[in-house]
Order: sequence, then C-alpha cells, then structure tokens
Amino acid sequence: MTMGQDVLRKLPGNLNTNRRLDRWLRINRDGTVTAFPGKVEIGQGILTALAQIVAEELDVALERLRLAPADTTYSPDEGMTSGSQSITDGGVALRYAAAEARFLLLQRAAVRLGVSLEQLSVADGVVSARSGGSVSYWDLATDDLLAREATAEIAPKPASQHTVIGTPAPRRDIPAKVSGAPVFVHDLDLPGMLHGRIARPPSYDARLVELDEAEVRSLPGVVALVRDGSFVGVIAAREEQALRALARVKRLARWEEKTVLPETTDPRFLLQEATEDEVISEKRDAAAAARAAKTLEAEYTRPYIAHGALGPSCAVAQFENGRYKVWTHSQGIYPLRNDLAGVLAMDKERIAVIHMDGAGCYGHNGADDAALDAVLLARAVPGRPVRVQWSREDEFMWEPYGPAMVVKLKAALDSTGNIIDWTEDIWSNSHSTRPSGLGGINLLAAWHLAQPFKPSPPRNPPLPGGGSHRNGIPLYEFPNQRVTNRLVKRMPVRVSALRALGATANIFAIESFMDELAAAAGADPVEFRLRHLKDPRARAVIETVAAKAGWRKGEKGDGARGRGVGFARYKNGACYLAVIAEVEAGNNIAVKRVWAAIDAGLVINPDGLINQTEGGIIQASSWALKEAVRFDRSRILTSNWDDYPILTFEESPQVEVTIVNRPELPPLGAGEGQQGPTAAAIANAICNAMGVRLRDMPFTRERVMAALA
Amino acid sequence: MATTLTVNGKRHVISAEPETPLLYVLRNDLQLKGARFGCGLGQCGACTVLVDGKPVQSCDFPLSAAAGKAVLTIEGLSGNGRPHPLQQAFIDEQAAQCGYCVTGIIMTAKALLDTNPHPSDAEIRAALKGNLCRCGTHQRILRAIRRATASGVKA
Repeated sequence: MTMGQDVLRKLPGNLNTNRRLDRWLRINRDGTVTAFPGKVEIGQGILTALAQIVAEELDVALERLRLAPADTTYSPDEGMTSGSQSITDGGVALRYAAAEARFLLLQRAAVRLGVSLEQLSVADGVVSARSGGSVSYWDLATDDLLAREATAEIAPKPASQHTVIGTPAPRRDIPAKVSGAPVFVHDLDLPGMLHGRIARPPSYDARLVELDEAEVRSLPGVVALVRDGSFVGVIAAREEQALRALARVKRLARWEEKTVLPETTDPRFLLQEATEDEVISEKRDAAAAARAAKTLEAEYTRPYIAHGALGPSCAVAQFENGRYKVWTHSQGIYPLRNDLAGVLAMDKERIAVIHMDGAGCYGHNGADDAALDAVLLARAVPGRPVRVQWSREDEFMWEPYGPAMVVKLKAALDSTGNIIDWTEDIWSNSHSTRPSGLGGINLLAAWHLAQPFKPSPPRNPPLPGGGSHRNGIPLYEFPNQRVTNRLVKRMPVRVSALRALGATANIFAIESFMDELAAAAGADPVEFRLRHLKDPRARAVIETVAAKAGWRKGEKGDGARGRGVGFARYKNGACYLAVIAEVEAGNNIAVKRVWAAIDAGLVINPDGLINQTEGGIIQASSWALKEAVRFDRSRILTSNWDDYPILTFEESPQVEVTIVNRPELPPLGAGEGQQGPTAAAIANAICNAMGVRLRDMPFTRERVMAALA
Repeated sequence: MATTLTVNGKRHVISAEPETPLLYVLRNDLQLKGARFGCGLGQCGACTVLVDGKPVQSCDFPLSAAAGKAVLTIEGLSGNGRPHPLQQAFIDEQAAQCGYCVTGIIMTAKALLDTNPHPSDAEIRAALKGNLCRCGTHQRILRAIRRATASGVKA
C-alpha cells in the first residue's frame, strides 16, 4: 500500500470535514453521553432532534444525552446553521458517529464478556450476552475509545428498528424557556460586566463629523466612549446609564449624510440595474412550441422584508491577556470568528466564540454585527466583560433584509390546456452576505471604522440549492422552458439571507402564475398542477392536502371567502410541501385557515416538524399580508413595530399539518419549505374569493382596493 | 435615590434613578432575567410583568411607578420548583419555538385568567393584543392557554 496519495474517502454529512469521532461524541463514565454538535439552536428544535438521533443509534435513553454548547474551542466546524441543512449535514454526521461508537463499545464488550459480537444486545447502554453476563457503556468507555477517525462503515439502523427517531420528543429547551431561566445570551451576566450601546449613524453612508466626547464621558456611570471613524460606542456601569449616554451622543453628534437609497420602495427599480445574467434552465421542443394556442404574461414582486427578531441582537465580549471571548447568538461561530480575526488583525486561535441561544433569527440578522460591536467595546476596557444590546431601532434599520425581487413570467398553453412553453426571468440581489465571505469583512461596524473594511463581493450560492434562483426552476414538466437569473450586483439596501432566500418570491410567482394559467385553461388548480407533475412524492403532498382540506374540484369563493393552493419542493431537493389557504376579506385580508401536507423523508421528531411547519406558515402569512421595509432616498424609515406591523394573535390562522411519512427514505431539510407555497396559496385564495389577482407582496387592503377599482 | 418595591413577595430597596425602566431593575439589580428586552417601546410584550395584578410592559414602566407596589415576574409563578399550571400547559403543548416571547405571554395570560377564569377564544386573542410572536407559534400558545383554562387553573 502506498501512503499519502489516496484522496480521503468522502464521509456522510459534516463527518467529512470533521473526521474524528471524539469531535462529535463522548461516552461518560457517569452514565451520560455528550454530543458536540456544531449546529446551533435557533428556535427550530434542532438540538432535540440531534439528541434523538444519537440516542437511537447508541441505544441509550434520551435522558442520558448532554449537548455541549457550540464553542470554537472544541466543537466541530459545521459552518452555518442555515438552509434547512442541520439534519442532512449535522444529523447525518452524528448518526454515523453514534453507530460507529456503538460498534466500538460492542467490540470491547465482546472481549470483556468473552463472546462473539452476534451474541450481544444493548438496552439503554447495558450490553448483555445471550449466554448471560453484561457490562455497561459506562464501564467500557475510556478516553481513547473514540480517539480515532470515523470510517462510516457501520450502517445506521434501518427505519424498521427505530424507537426514538420518528417518535415525538418534547423539546429539551422548552421547560427552561418557560421558566424564565437565564438561557439567552441577552441574559448572560458576568462578574464585573459593563453595559455597552452603539450610536449608529442615521443612515447607511453617514459620516460622523463632530461629537463632543468630553461631555458624554462626564455623564454618570460612563466608563468609556469608543470612537473610531464613524463607529461610536458608549460603555457604562449600569444599563440605563449606557442608554442615557447613547441618547446624549445621538443629540450631540453631527453627521454628514448622502442620498444613496433607491428612488422607490417598488422592487421594479431592480429592472433598471445592471445585471449578471445566467440561463439556469433551458429545454427546447419546437414541435410542442408550435402548438401554442394562448399566451400569458405576468410580473410578480416581493419587497425588502425584515427578519424582525423579537429580541434585538446582543453579544457579550471580554478581552483579557491578549485573547477575546465572545458570547453570541450567531448562526455560525467559525465564520464569525474568521471575520472578527480579520478586523482585529489577530490569529483566530486567540478568539473563542461561544454560542448561546437568542431570539429566533430566520436568517442573517444583526447577531454577528453585535458580536463585533461587543469586541470593539471590550478592547477598550481590558478584563471587563461588555454586553452590547441592540435597540429595536438598531435591529430594524441595520439588519440585512431579505432582498426585494421581481419575477417576470410568460407561458403558452396549447389548445388542450397544457403548458407547452415557460419563460421566467428573476431579478434580485445576492441573498448571502454572511461573515467569512471572500475578499472582505461582512460585519457592520467594520465598515464604519476610520480605516474601514469593505464587504466581500456579493455571491450567489450555486444551484441546485441556489440563492436568488432558489426554486427558480419549476418542478413541473414543460416541453419548452427558459429560466434566466439576473443577479443585480449593486446593493443600495443592505441584504442577506432571510429564511428560504429567493424561494419565497420564485415560488410565489410560479405558483400564482400556475393558477392564472389554470384559469386560462379552464382547469381546476389542483388538477392542473397534477397534470404537469410526474414526481410521485410531489403529487402525493398535493393530493393529501386536497383531501384533508376537502378541496372541491373547481371550487369558487363567494366574493369574500375563498381558498387557494400552493406547492413546491424546497430547493427542488429538500422537503415537499403543499398548502391550501382560506382567506376572508373584511377590513383587511385575513388568513383564517391553512392546511399543509409535508414529505420530509425520514422524520426525526414529528412534533418538531409540525411546529416548524406551522411556524413557517404563520410567518409567511405575515410576510404575505403585511410586511415591507420602508425608506426614503437617504434613510430607512422602518424603526419599530408600529412602522412594521406583523401578524398578531387576533389575526393568526388555524393551521393543520399532515406529515406524509417516508421513514425508509433519507431525511430532507424542512425548516424553510413553507414560505413560498404559503404566500402563493394566499394570493390564489384572494383571487378565488374576489376575482382579483395580486402580484405584489404584501397583499394589503390598499392593494386589494386598487385591484378591485 | 432609593426605591422600595416588592417583587415576588420579597421586599427590595433599589438604588437607581426613579425613571429607570423597571425592566432593567428586574434584570440587572435583582437578576430576574425572565422578563425579556424586546423593543423598549411597550410594543411587543416580551417584558410583561404584573404590577398589583395588572400586566405592564416593564421596559416602558418607570421604577418610581412601581414604588410600594407588588411586582410579580415569571420567576414568581412557579412554587417549590414545580411549574405553574400555565407554564406546564406551555410545556405540554410544546408552545414555543425560540421561546423569547413566551414568558411575557404567560404573564399576560396569568393576568387574564386571574380576572376571567374561563375566557373565550376571542377574549384570549384580544388579551394578547400587546404581545408579539415572530416564530409563528400562535396557535400552540392559544392552545396552551386554553388548556390551562380547561384544567380549571386558579392561576
């Protein structure tokens, strides 16, 4: 055998990039098992599902599982917790690691008990030989047990043997969260901790020209004022003192502002911008195209949408002996560390980034930015931890929004009502400006320093997952098709990843247009979709939701109430989801009820999947009915919940989710599949109810009135 | 400036400016972190606590207004380490995603059930007017509150 020339064999999921077993698991002598996920809890219940996977493969009770908080000093580097990939990348890695750990334990047990492997069985960590005699994992485990590379040669259990996977497990974190225990990074309170606030500029490119620093420093409790270019932060002993110092800075500071924002909040401004074009799907069948009997065209838009985390971003940092410790609710502790090291011009090994829970983020919000804020303040007060809490206004005005988009569609029907040609053009910015991009620093404060850093050039993650073109290619089968992604490079408004990326607008457009085409063909929207779909799993979720909702072929609304359908396979490779929404027009459009059917392959935690699906549907209803970021030529005008209303308890719909269970098939990402189908189903329901087609999100009262006029 | 107030049955003397929002006193002086900072504007309800039985948004409620009054926070709900029936109902219904809003919502629900032990669905929804949830956990939360009602909670 020759050494050193073999390419490393590809291992499943993130085991491939973190190959040592003890990076993932530790069997403790006290009867517990510690798992070390690099994926983080963002309210999606991932830690519960990961614990289920390990308990299942190791054959131990779920209660024995401990999950170490993600920490750059020991956790595997799993990049970002995003894109509905935590089960498929992180969960799969733990699944194989646990299966292999079980095998290694059984090998030891066989030697200890003097029997062959086939003689052994395991129940909750106790290995028993058929002939009698037993020994526990806790007696067998030593530090060297897992100090080796994974082989991934031990197959995980087949679905038929599952007892933990596929059974609803209560979320591990909920009891503490309802008790009020200090579980969020916002709640971290270290000895000697100081309170920081950042005085953000009034607009994106504003430059600080004047500030009476002495006056701020003289205020009660103020420990330091940090000023570096247009970055200004205050540090005080007490939180309300920091707030008072911040208010004073805001009053005293003079800024030079520029006009940099688009002329209009209508996303169609994108159509005037320079684009980088890419044809992402092309099919030609001239004979079919020649059968065109009727042609339709339509244009759909989605505005800038805010993540709007309920808890504004927060971080705590401490600088001591030339090292930083940072506590953050970032979705990616390693990528964040890379950018922090870039700003500080120091070896990243001298920065420890530790994850703690935050409020739900739904994508890239201010979490990473707040971490740099805390670091820059902590640098000024060595030894003292500094907690930076963003205000509501900071979060709304400075978070990177989900980009505005325009989707133009054109299609031809033949005389039998089949789509024979489909042309689609997508205009959007990049949906990915997270930290650790190449050639720049993607952290807010870094751009405001006296020696400013530049953000990295925008990138569009490639298909099949995709970014702006995520779900741009319809799953339906058309003989002629051309889909072009027109990436707008100039980003006048700060944007990045919002749950589902481009899939929301693309699915909203495709699925709305399918209804428009169905109407033109005189077809029922459910039947019309099925006739263009071959994939049996796609058909099954549509048929299931139609049956659950009692969909009647060709059903029509009554002028106020109506129902509509929406479908997609998220990323054209993750979960399948079909929804039927029922709306009622009163003073505003209300979503009353939503039925959903989801196929996510093997389901780890059915209640977790249902919770995520309900949540995605309700959040998407809020986006669809209400949400749009407002701005004028120089300033963002959305700064609080009055400016940016979201769905309330009085307005929230009843949601019924049915899981189409496929335990024999691999798990599919499912945290973001709801957004597009829901928005489309609501638009289709409005049309079904009132006969008006709304092609611009959000579907406000004003837009309905305008369409009716 | 010293202000006296009673929190979860215990008397405290607080040295802070009288206009300090009650939220910061609870979180920083008393280390009661269950009331969360959400907006600082009284718009979202994440910081809800009860003052003399009434729900208030503590981010927008000065310390001086709480002087001499009885403040109840989420930490004061559970007795002997056992969750309050409302908290148990939230656990039973798995009524949280990120969980940031739930403590404020439970306090609002507690105030509602104290005055109206058998609220209708519309009354529950109306009581939660001042509480926002961004994850979309609304129907589980409504179910949890109904469950606490149905279990005959004298909250």
